[in-house]
Amino acid sequence: MSILINKSTKVLCQGLTGAQGSFHTEQAVDYGTQMVAGVTPGKGGSRQLNLPVYDTISQAQIDHQIDATVIYVPAAFAADAILEAIYAEIKLIVCITEGIAVLDMVKVNAVLNDSGSILIGPNCPGIITPGECKIGIMPGDIHRPGKVGIVSRSGTLTYVAVNQTTQYGMGQSTCVGIGGDPIHGLDFIDCLQMFEEDKDTDGIIMVGEIGGTAEEQAAEYIQQKVSKPVVAYIAGVTAPPGKRMGHAGAIISGGKGTAEQKYQALDRADVVTVRTPAEIGDQMSRLLKV
Amino acid sequence: MNIHEYQAKALFAENEIPILPSHVIKQGDDAQSICESIKDQPWIVKAQVHAGGRGKAGGVVIVRDAEQLEPTVTSMLEKTLVTKQTGEHGLPVNTVLLEELTSIEREIYLAMLVDRGSKKIAIIASAEGGMDIEQVAEQAPEKIFTHLIHPAAGLQANQIRGVAYALHLDKPQIKQLANILQSLFKLFTDNDCSLVEINPLIVNAEGNLIALDAKINIDDNALYRHQKLQEFYDASQQNQAEATAKQLGLNYIKLDGNIGCIVNGAGLAMATMDLVKHHGGEPANFLDVGGGATQGKVAEAFKLVSSDESVQSIFVNIFGGIVRCDLIAQGVLDALNEITLNTPVVILLQGTNAAEGKKLLENKSPNIIPVDNLTNGAQQAIALAVEA
Repeated sequence: MSILINKSTKVLCQGLTGAQGSFHTEQAVDYGTQMVAGVTPGKGGSRQLNLPVYDTISQAQIDHQIDATVIYVPAAFAADAILEAIYAEIKLIVCITEGIAVLDMVKVNAVLNDSGSILIGPNCPGIITPGECKIGIMPGDIHRPGKVGIVSRSGTLTYVAVNQTTQYGMGQSTCVGIGGDPIHGLDFIDCLQMFEEDKDTDGIIMVGEIGGTAEEQAAEYIQQKVSKPVVAYIAGVTAPPGKRMGHAGAIISGGKGTAEQKYQALDRADVVTVRTPAEIGDQMSRLLKV
Repeated sequence: MNIHEYQAKALFAENEIPILPSHVIKQGDDAQSICESIKDQPWIVKAQVHAGGRGKAGGVVIVRDAEQLEPTVTSMLEKTLVTKQTGEHGLPVNTVLLEELTSIEREIYLAMLVDRGSKKIAIIASAEGGMDIEQVAEQAPEKIFTHLIHPAAGLQANQIRGVAYALHLDKPQIKQLANILQSLFKLFTDNDCSLVEINPLIVNAEGNLIALDAKINIDDNALYRHQKLQEFYDASQQNQAEATAKQLGLNYIKLDGNIGCIVNGAGLAMATMDLVKHHGGEPANFLDVGGGATQGKVAEAFKLVSSDESVQSIFVNIFGGIVRCDLIAQGVLDALNEITLNTPVVILLQGTNAAEGKKLLENKSPNIIPVDNLTNGAQQAIALAVEA
C-alpha cells in the first residue's frame, strides 16, 4: 500500500517532447511507471519514446484512462498547463517546473480550490511509491519499498533522507516532494493525514525549511491527529533574515518563518526533531525499533 | 528583486498614487545646476540604497539652507551607506532622491503582498504607521487590519470601506484612499509585485493622503515578462560575488564564516550550512548549484568559492540523482586544473555512482579529502579550516 499512486496509476506527461519531459519519462518507464501518453500543443499525432503525443489533454483522454499527469512545461506556460489538467479533471497533477510566477499560482490556486484535483508542487521533485510508480525527477534506485512515509519541501535533501531509510533497511511507502515555492498545492498536513491512514506506513519523516508557517501548522496537526512516530528536520537554522535561500519560499521575512520557531513548535507538539540531516535515518530506526 | 524608492515612486506616479514633488540626481549628473535651479525651498535628500534604516545612518537629510543643498547632495553621492540592514561593508549611493518638505498630521501603514497562508493578495493596513510595523504586529495585533483579495472578485468596494473606516479617515480622505487602493492593486498585478509597502502614507496639514516612502519587491520569476522592470536592476546593490553568481545561474549568498560550501539543491545547501554550524564551524556562504548539478556548474562554483579570501576550507556536498557522482568528481578535477587551489577541499558524494566518483578523487591531490558521510565531512572541513 501507499498514498496517492501505485502500480496501476496511469500517467500522462505534459511537455513530453521537451528535453526534460522526454528524459524523465524514459526514466519513469524504465522504473515501471505506467506512462500512457504525452501532450505537447502542435505535436499531436507524433510519437515520443513510443508513446502517442496529443495536442490537448482532452484528446488524450478519448484514447486513454489518465489518473495522473506530470508537468515539465517551461515556467511561462506551466500555470496554463496546470489549469488545463484541472479542467480535464485529472485527479493528481504533479508539477515539476521551477520558476512559475507567484501571481500565476494565486490564480491556479483559486481554480484548484473549486475542483476535485490534487496538485503536487510546483518546483518539486515529484512523488514516488518505490517499486511501483515514479512520477518526477528523483533517482529511482535509492528507494526501496518499505514502511516510512516521507514528505518534504526540498529535492536533494529528501534524497538524503530516502538514502538513510534505505540504508537502515526501513524503505519507504511513498515519498512526496511538496515543493519549494510560497504557493503550492498539497501541504504537509494533507500528506500527514494520508500517511496516518495508510496501513503500510509505520513512521513519517517530515523535512521542512525556513519560510512560511506550514511546519508550525503541521506540528499542531501531528499533536492532535497523528499517532504514528514522526521525525522532523528543518533546514535553515543559519539562514540570515531577508535573504532568499534558493527556493522562492525559503525566506525569513518580517521576523517570521525562522527554523528556530519551527523547531520550537515541533518540540512543543512532542514531535521527535533532529538538528542535523545526518540523524534522520538513525532516529527513525530507533522509533521503529529496526 | 528589490527596486529603489525613486523607481517605486516612478511607478506610483504612473499609476496616480500621490507622491511629493521630487528630483532624482544620479552620479555623473550636473548636480550643481540642478540644485541651483531648485534651491529656493527646503528639501529632504534621501540616499537610494536597497536597505532600510537610512535615517539613523545619515542617509536622509533635511536641507533648509539653500547653500547647503549642492554640497549635501554631492557628499551623499560619494558615500557608502552603512545601516543596520546593509552589513558592515554598506551599500554605495549612486542616486539621491530630493523631495519637498511636507507637514505631517498622521502616519498610516499600507501594504499589499502575496500572503502564502491564504494564497491570495492581502491588503495590510494600520493607523500606526511610520514606526516599526513588526513591533505593532507583535504587541498590538488588533491594530493591524488585513483584507484578502479573491482573484476572481478582485478588490471590492466593501474592502476599501473596511480599510478606510478602520483608519478613521474622513469623507474626502476615503475617496482618496479608494483611488490609492485601486491604483495600488493595479500596479501590483500589472507589475507582478510580491510586495508594495507605503510606510508611511501620510495625511498632510491640508488633510490629503501622500505616499512618503515606497518599497516594492518584484517577483523574480515574473521578470521575464517585464522588460521595463528588468532595467530597474541595480547590480551595485548586491555583493559582487553574488552578482557574478547570478549571471552564472548559481544561487549564492555570502555569509561571514570561513568554510566554503558547494552543494546541489537549496534545501541540502541550507542543511549543509546548518551542519557546519552545528559542529562548531561557520559557513562562508550558501551555494546551490542546482538540484541537477552539472560538471560545468560545479566547476564555476569552485572558482567562485575559492576566490573568496575568507574561505579556509571548502565542503563539497553533492547528492547525485539523475546526475552521476563520477561526472561531478570529474567536474571538480577539471576545475582544479584551471585554478591553483591552496584550500583543502572535503568532498562528500552520495547517490548514483558515488563509489566511482570517490575513486576518481582518491590520490589526486593532498588538498582533496573524500569523505563518507555528512557528519565526518563537516568535522573534517572545520578541522582543516582551523589548521589553515
